[in-house]
Amino acid sequence: MSTATASDTQATSDPKDHSRFSGVLGSEWIKLTTVRSTVWTLLATAVVGIGLGAIVTSAQASRWATRSLVAQATFDPTRSSLAGLLFAQLAVGVLGILIMSAEYSTGTIRATFSAVPRRPRVLLAKVVVFGVVTLVVGEIVSFVAFLTGQRILSGKAPSAVLSDPGVLRAVVSGGLYLLALGLLALGLASIIRLTAAAISSFVGLLFILPIIADVLPSSFTSDIGRFLPANIGTVMMSAHYHGTDPFGPWTSFGLLCAYAAIALLVGGVLLVRRDA
Amino acid sequence: MLRVASSALAIGAKHGRHGLRIVVLVVLVAAVVGLILWVRMRRRDRQSPHATGSPTPKADHAVRRDERSAAIAVNRRWDWNGGGNQNTIEARALTKRYGNKLAVDDLSFGVKPGYVTGFLGPNGAGKSTTMRMIMGLDEPDAGTVTVNGRRYHELGWPLREVGALLEARAIHPGRSARAHLWMLARTNQIPRARVDEVLDLVGLSSVAEQRVGQFSLGMSQRLGIAVALLGDPGVLMFDEPVNGLDTDGIRWVRGLLRRLASEGRAVFVSSHLMSEMALTADHLVVIGKGRLIAEMPIDEFTAKNSNAYIQVRSPNLAQLRSALEGAGATVTAGDDESLSVRGLSQERIGELAWTNGIMLHELATQSASLEEAFVESTVGNLEFSGGTSLKPESTEGGAQP
Repeated sequence: MSTATASDTQATSDPKDHSRFSGVLGSEWIKLTTVRSTVWTLLATAVVGIGLGAIVTSAQASRWATRSLVAQATFDPTRSSLAGLLFAQLAVGVLGILIMSAEYSTGTIRATFSAVPRRPRVLLAKVVVFGVVTLVVGEIVSFVAFLTGQRILSGKAPSAVLSDPGVLRAVVSGGLYLLALGLLALGLASIIRLTAAAISSFVGLLFILPIIADVLPSSFTSDIGRFLPANIGTVMMSAHYHGTDPFGPWTSFGLLCAYAAIALLVGGVLLVRRDA
Repeated sequence: MLRVASSALAIGAKHGRHGLRIVVLVVLVAAVVGLILWVRMRRRDRQSPHATGSPTPKADHAVRRDERSAAIAVNRRWDWNGGGNQNTIEARALTKRYGNKLAVDDLSFGVKPGYVTGFLGPNGAGKSTTMRMIMGLDEPDAGTVTVNGRRYHELGWPLREVGALLEARAIHPGRSARAHLWMLARTNQIPRARVDEVLDLVGLSSVAEQRVGQFSLGMSQRLGIAVALLGDPGVLMFDEPVNGLDTDGIRWVRGLLRRLASEGRAVFVSSHLMSEMALTADHLVVIGKGRLIAEMPIDEFTAKNSNAYIQVRSPNLAQLRSALEGAGATVTAGDDESLSVRGLSQERIGELAWTNGIMLHELATQSASLEEAFVESTVGNLEFSGGTSLKPESTEGGAQP
C-alpha cells in the first residue's frame, strides 16, 4: 500500500482488498464474542422465542375444546408455535443496537475508525458478522420453537409437520424475520448512536406504532398495518397464506429488508459525514 | 423512511392491493440512496492532498516529492534515522468550528521524525481537536493534515504508520485488555504475538485477561499506550499521556517518549503542563485559542519568550532606583524591598551601586522558566485576540484543572 493514493481509489479492484476486509470481519467477530451482552441477548432471544412459543401452544392445547368454531377454523399451529419470535425480536434488536451504540458510548469507535478509516467497511463488517450470527441463532430458535410447539399441540389440537404446505417456509421465515429486524436495529443505531434513544425508537417502531395505527380510522389501519414490521412478521410466520393478508409472505419480507437497507444506508452515510 | 412508507402507502391506497409495485418502489428508493452514497464516497476518495492542499504548481511538486519519500519511509519504516527535515505530520491551515466556537483556527505546523515535539496549550486550546483531525476522526472545516504525505483515510494500514493515545478511557469496559488489542491488531493484520509483546512492554501482561472496566486510570493509560505501539508505527501521538499515572509511571512515560524519538520516530505529545514539556520535548508547537503561537525548538522558545530580569535588594531602594533609571534601565518595584531591573547587565548594576555608594543585599539574574515563557506567550495572544483578562489560567486553564 506504499504507492499512495492511486491504488487506494481503486481499492475494490486491489487483490489485497479481500484479505483486508477479512481483517475487519475478524475484528468485528472478536468484538462480538468478547463482550457479555452478546451472550445475554442471544440467550434472551432463545428463551423468549422458545419459551413464549411453548406457553402459547400449551394454552391453545388445553383450551382447544372450548374454542369457537371460527377460532378453530383459522387456527394456524405453525404461527402459534412461532409467536415467541415476535418478542424475541426485541432481544435481537437490542444486540443489533448495542454492537454499534456501545462503540460510541464507550469511545471504542475512535479506536475502530483509527484502525479502519474507511467507515462504511466497519458497518459492512458489522452487518456481515452480526447478520450471520443472528441468522444462525434465529433459525435454530425458530426450528426449536416450532418443534417444541408441535409436540405440545399434538394429540390435543391440530398440529403441523414441516412437510405440510407453507410450514417449512414459515419456520425458515422466523429466522429471516429476526435477521431483517436485527439489521434494521443496527441501521437505527448507526443513525441515532445513543443506546437508550435507539432502543426506544426500535421499541416504538415495533410496539407503539401498531397501537397508533390501531386508533386511526379503520380504513387507515389496514393500509398502515400492512407496512408495520410486527404485522409483516405475523404474515411471514403463518403457514397459511390467506387471500386476505395484505402482502404475500415474500413480499412482506422484501419490504422488511428494504426498511433495513434504507436504515443501514442512511446510517452509513451519516457514519461517513459525522465526526466520530 | 417514513416518507418512503407514506408515498408507497398513497400508491397502495389508490391502486388497491399492488404489493409488488410498492416493493419495487421501495427497492428503487434504496437503489437511489445507495447510488448517492457511492458517488459521495468516490468524490471523497478523489480529494487527494495535491487536489486540495496546494494552489501553486511549485507546492504541488513539493507535495508529490513528499509522497514519494513517504512511500520509501513506509517500506523502510523508521530506519531512516533523523530523516532530515521531512515532516511526518503536516498540518496546513487547519480550521475546525463547533457551532459558533472556532476550536482550531488556521493552524499550520509540522512534526519531524527523531524528535519529541511537544504540543502545548491551555486546556480548551484545541489540542485534542487537532489530534482528532490528524487521525481522521474529525473532518476539518478547512485546510488539510497529512501523515507521511497522505491523508489519514488514505493510509493502507493506518495502525502501522500512526499510533495514537487519544483518550485512555475510550475502551469498552467489558472487554479484556488483550481482546481490545487483538481486535485492533486484526484489522491491520498485525500478528497476534505483537499483542502480547506490547502488553509486556507497558507492563500489563499480568492483567491482560482482566476486564478493562476494572482498570485504574493509570492502567488504562498504559493500555492506551499499548494500542499506540501496537503497529510499531513511525509516527506516535499521545494526548496528555501522563494523566493519572503515578510517579513511576510518569518517569516511565518520559523515558519511553525519549526512546521512541531516539529510534527515529516522530513523537507528538500534547500537554498543558509546561514542566512536563521541559523534561521531554525537543520542539514545541504552542497554541492558544486554536491559533499557533509558536513553533520552534524548546530552547529558542524559552529564550525568546523569557522575561529575564535582574533582582536587586538594597536598604536604600529609592536612591538605587533613580540611579538605575538614570542609566536607562526599566525598573519595577518588587515585593519585600526588591527591584526588578531590565535593560542593564548584572555587572553594570553592580558598578552603578558602587559608584553611588549604595549597599546591595542581593543582585541576581532571574531567568524565566518554560512555564513563565508559556504564560508570557499566551498572554500576548489573549491580548491580541481581545481577551479582557491577562491571566490565561483564569480564562481557559482554570476551567479544567
